[in-house]
Amino acid sequence: MRLLYFAWLRARIGIGEETVEPPADVRDVAGLVEWLKGRGPNYAEALANLSVVKVAVNQEYVPYGHPVRAGDEVALFPPVTGG
Amino acid sequence: MAVRVQAGDFDPGAELAALTAGSRSIGGVVSFVGLVRDMAGGEPVGAMTLEHYPGMTERQLEAIEAEARARWPLDATLVIHRHGRLEPGDRIVMVACASAHRQAAFEACWFLIDWLKTRAPFWKLEETPAGGRWVEAKEQDDEAAARWAQPGNATKEG
Repeated sequence: MRLLYFAWLRARIGIGEETVEPPADVRDVAGLVEWLKGRGPNYAEALANLSVVKVAVNQEYVPYGHPVRAGDEVALFPPVTGG
Repeated sequence: MAVRVQAGDFDPGAELAALTAGSRSIGGVVSFVGLVRDMAGGEPVGAMTLEHYPGMTERQLEAIEAEARARWPLDATLVIHRHGRLEPGDRIVMVACASAHRQAAFEACWFLIDWLKTRAPFWKLEETPAGGRWVEAKEQDDEAAARWAQPGNATKEG
């Protein structure tokens, strides 16, 4: 599973991209985020307030209940500010 | 129908001319061009860097453009959004809609920029005297986009 982080999430986590193999009980976005928070204080801090963390799976916006699978591209980022 | 995400500048006049070139059915074109301001939240901004999500950005812009074309009778549409470091006065974004009649062109243009601001994956990092500052999403932008939840009702509310 390929993970991408953007804007201040990238800055706080310290990397923009990584490939991970979460345990089998990680089945949806919410589970993935909880697992990520346990990987270090940088993740826990960046993901402390999920009301400002948007998620895209395979480049489409999804809610936290959306399933995640091996091979997915999952992006975590703040609310967008373009235009 | 065109979506472009690019680092370089663009020429709005040339873009508009190209958009309608060869057409004899277009009655009007409405465009919006967004620029970098030198102030934000009462603080001076020296420059900003626009980060984006390559791939998803294009997909989202294409989806927004397709939605506009589904809602209004448009002959041509254009969305250009820049990324990278920009300075005050620089152009950031351009949207343009051409139609047989002005109402569709005005409404679709407004819709495009409102939806783009809340859906296209771009993030602005401002350079201020206190250092880099990520721009926070504005509630007004969500409200502006929400006006378009139902097709064609943009101008009903103030």
